[in-house]
Amino acid sequence: MEGNFYPLLKWMILPPLAGFVLNGLLGKKFLSERAGGILGSLAVLLSFVFALLSLSDLLNLPAADRLLRDTLFTWISAGPFTVDFALRLDPLSAVMALVVSGVSFLIHVYSIGYMHGDKGFHKYFSYLNFFVFFMLVLVLADNPVLMFVGWEGVGLASYLLIGFWYEDPEKASAGKKAFITNRIGDAGFLAGLMLLAAVMHAGGVYALDFSTLSANAQLAAGASFAGVNAAFLIGVLLFVGATGKSAQFPLYVWLPDAMAGPTPVSALIHAATMVTAGVYMLARMFFLYEAAPAALDVVLVTGCFTAFLAAVIAVAQRDIKKVLAYSTVSQLGFMFMAVGAGAWAAGVFHLTTHAFFKALLFLAAGSVIHGLSGEQDLFKMGGLRKHMRTTFILTATGWLALSGVPPLAGFYSKDLILEKVFTSGAGFVWLTGLLTAALTAYYISRLLILAFMDNYRGREHAHESPAVMTVPMGLLAALSVVGGMAGAAWLLPFLQPGAPPEHHSALMIAISVAAAAAGIIAAFLITGRRIGGGHHAAWCPRSLAAAWPRLHRLVYNKFYVDEIYEALLLKPLARFADWTFRVPDSKVIDGALVNGTARLFMSLGRTLGAAQTGNAQFYAIVFMAGLCLLLAAVLAGYYL
Amino acid sequence: MMIGPDLLNLAIYLPLAAGVLIALLPRAKEHLSGPLALTSSLLAFIPALALYTGFDPALPGMQFAQDLPWLSALGARYTIGLDGISMLMFILTAFLAPIAVLSSFTAVKEHRRFYYASLLALQTGMLGVFAALDLLLFYVFWEAMLIPMYFIIGIWGGRRRIYASVKFFIYTMAGSLLMLAAILWLYFDHQSRTGVYTFALTAYNNSAAGGTGMLLFLAFALAFAVKVPLWPFHTWLPDAHVEAPTAGSIILAGVLLKMGVYGFIRIAVPFFPEAAMTAGWPIAALGAFGVIYGSLTAWAQDDIKKLVAYSSVAHLGIVMVGVLVLEPAAVSGAVLQMVNHGLSTGALFLCVGMLYERRHTRLMADYGGIAKIMPAFAAVFMIVTLSSIGLPGLNGFIGEFLILFGAFKVWPCLALVSLGGVILSAVYMLGMYQKVFFGPVSNTANKELPDLKVREWLCVLPLLALIVWIGVYPNFFLRRIDTAVNDYIRLAGGPRPVFSLAKGEK
Repeated sequence: MEGNFYPLLKWMILPPLAGFVLNGLLGKKFLSERAGGILGSLAVLLSFVFALLSLSDLLNLPAADRLLRDTLFTWISAGPFTVDFALRLDPLSAVMALVVSGVSFLIHVYSIGYMHGDKGFHKYFSYLNFFVFFMLVLVLADNPVLMFVGWEGVGLASYLLIGFWYEDPEKASAGKKAFITNRIGDAGFLAGLMLLAAVMHAGGVYALDFSTLSANAQLAAGASFAGVNAAFLIGVLLFVGATGKSAQFPLYVWLPDAMAGPTPVSALIHAATMVTAGVYMLARMFFLYEAAPAALDVVLVTGCFTAFLAAVIAVAQRDIKKVLAYSTVSQLGFMFMAVGAGAWAAGVFHLTTHAFFKALLFLAAGSVIHGLSGEQDLFKMGGLRKHMRTTFILTATGWLALSGVPPLAGFYSKDLILEKVFTSGAGFVWLTGLLTAALTAYYISRLLILAFMDNYRGREHAHESPAVMTVPMGLLAALSVVGGMAGAAWLLPFLQPGAPPEHHSALMIAISVAAAAAGIIAAFLITGRRIGGGHHAAWCPRSLAAAWPRLHRLVYNKFYVDEIYEALLLKPLARFADWTFRVPDSKVIDGALVNGTARLFMSLGRTLGAAQTGNAQFYAIVFMAGLCLLLAAVLAGYYL
Repeated sequence: MMIGPDLLNLAIYLPLAAGVLIALLPRAKEHLSGPLALTSSLLAFIPALALYTGFDPALPGMQFAQDLPWLSALGARYTIGLDGISMLMFILTAFLAPIAVLSSFTAVKEHRRFYYASLLALQTGMLGVFAALDLLLFYVFWEAMLIPMYFIIGIWGGRRRIYASVKFFIYTMAGSLLMLAAILWLYFDHQSRTGVYTFALTAYNNSAAGGTGMLLFLAFALAFAVKVPLWPFHTWLPDAHVEAPTAGSIILAGVLLKMGVYGFIRIAVPFFPEAAMTAGWPIAALGAFGVIYGSLTAWAQDDIKKLVAYSSVAHLGIVMVGVLVLEPAAVSGAVLQMVNHGLSTGALFLCVGMLYERRHTRLMADYGGIAKIMPAFAAVFMIVTLSSIGLPGLNGFIGEFLILFGAFKVWPCLALVSLGGVILSAVYMLGMYQKVFFGPVSNTANKELPDLKVREWLCVLPLLALIVWIGVYPNFFLRRIDTAVNDYIRLAGGPRPVFSLAKGEK
């Protein structure tokens, strides 16, 4: 088998598993809060260390030969199916593993401060470790089936953590919504895998590891299902899975609701890592998309549309976490645009920088929420730069990085994506992407202004967060500053050795920077402008709302997409289920057919039972009549 | 004692012997009936386990076989033995029986001697069905199983127990009579052709073709379809489940439903491969339809037990697709899924029973916020729920995955329809979980419920262990059924031709 056997890989996934078990089973009874938090964090740090060690060994290999494998055991074997529990480390999974374990570690540490005093503290860390375990399984899996294990495992972690405060029915419902929406995507993922496996088996290929699949991708290109090219169909079906996990249109609706979970969870799962799994999966399966360029167009257009739609919605939100949630949906759209344009490495690059600055922004939002004792409404914030100096500086770093201001991280990766889209020839998509970039700069500037500028509008006493929270944020801020430069220099050549170095046209850079600048300036002009004075200032959304009340209501209510799904899909289906039980099941099958048959026999029995009078004379008469009939029949048969 | 037929007989008849003993206990010693039943079902598990570990996965055909003259005048013989498939069902039955007994300790308070005697007699009946290799013996065990179950539902059941038990009895009996007629036809036909009266199963493989074969196949298929239960023969199941005591539900879901599928594998399909080849698709289509139908009707329930009962229609539907598609991976998956369903649905009924014992209601609306009151129970229920909806890493996924992937190659449409169950199962199971466990504790009656007790832990822990074990390392179980699955497919005249994926073809 191709690749070098490397038994160290399993040690990357085992520490978080141990942490999950220990904190979950023993935490509450035997560990103090401090010990539970440290245990959970150390477990992830250990994963990170093993990821670094493995990376250094990977780098020692020649560029064309960078693949490490660790097969633990044969997982499923039945008939022609053999699926191994096997891990692989190549440049792509190495980058992902580092980002996942690194960012996870920082957020674990932050959580020690954020979750301080929560009665579910150990459960929280147990779930968080559980998530990291499955995320690393997803990333390191050597075949799509094992990847699906991680895929669903992180979904479960997400479900449990969104509904962490389950006593609030709304939070519990948000968790359920996330799980079910993801399941719709997962059904697509599974259907894609079923078709892929069928195509491979038909071609005599039974191993399902990525190397084998990649080597036989032409089998998919040469097959068709229901009159459609199989590679195209597989690509689209897998992408359906990605739209679920990575919150793309039309399945993005769960992510904003997922903000019901604790904020560090939003940062880790619903911004930096899990939601990028779809992008990672597409990059991992890119060999299939190379065989089906039409599927890439679907990815490109969906990504672009989602990026734009979500950015528009983000402009009008009042909840600080909702702004960031829609921003995440939008940024994930950018990553899919990259993959759709054929530049998966650019997508992974943006995935990495986004993990830094979006995690930073979420943690900063968490710090604000923490400092304001739970307030999330931007309109009730303001002036926090005076009260939360460190958080302000850190948020500002994230703001510049997301806006795409050079030389911060976001600029490099987003610019690269726009350039790739442009050179791929999709002019309209590029233009929409550029507009979205401007909107991005606008809404994040608006967030910064509303939260930190002017005067404080709330009532709660605002206080700065402890060092256990600000230090991890500081590290993320540092990464948000240098991540882009470092990534452009090392990450891209590492992911795609042998690819020609990027040539950036000055014009493209200028246009992209201009878009960011336009967004920022617009935000300061509109949101920063105060009508009236002092404490009675009127703020942007209200002035926009006053200017275009209908449009504003439409955007503020997220184009009523949730309501439309509810009315057109969920309610009718629930009613149909109810009807199925009431009418066909209860009335027809059980009522008319089953019990009807029973009644028929019962009444038949009663009728015939009436003949059982117990009267000997009656029986004798019947007997005689019968005898006569029989005789008559015999005689009739003889004579006629 | 060697691992052989003697051990097999011991495993089968030990429960019955203990049951007779318990029935004969003096009234003053009635309190001993439960512990005695538990001891004997645990003791019976030991030989079953020895058989399982001693089973040689590489050998074709039956193992631990025994063939003794029985009713010589009729040509019926006492023939027993196990292959990989029946071995797995056998160990599942022996495994679930002690759990069913243990779950009854506090739930059943009346006529305890008779109750445990019935439960143990039922165990012998079920084990006998899986071991029987003689048609008459099979039929005797098959019917013998019905009677104790009828009593268990009818005497220790809920409010509408009489209706449910009579419905269960008549429905299955009607099916059984058709099967008996078909058996007799085969028996006399065999005699007329060969001059030999025999009930040996092996004598009837591929025994009738054409219209006769189809009629006989349908007679068997109907008898088994009722047991599965295949849509539209399923309506006895929700009633039986809702009214049955917890142990009855565990056995019903865990083992009795598997009898139907097992009947297809052991009798209906191998006896009439030609008919099964033709009628396989329509019957599997009923199964796939049942996946969607069962899920939707499960979604519409307010009663937790009824919801779980309808979910069984969905789960067994997909198993039928796997059995009839005659693709090795799908058949293996279906056999494993029978076990998985037994574990997860058995565990679900167990958990529902624990709730019922505390609050005497099965309506979801009466609960809410239970996770706060009974955190350990909530965690257990969550794992079982996830197993039931087929989350990877737990047992349910392995079976569903193999069935779907195997079936897709032959009947892509049925596989895709069944895939709908993946989404819907999450909808109704998580919906139920949320209603019972999440939200505020609105009902004051729920405020003081005790969490799991030691006895309850002993019931659920073995189930949880297997749920995780099969999910993580299914090969331990799959390895032992491989040969039997291949035998089955060969006898059925399979494998079926694979769906063409060549370019340009529709």
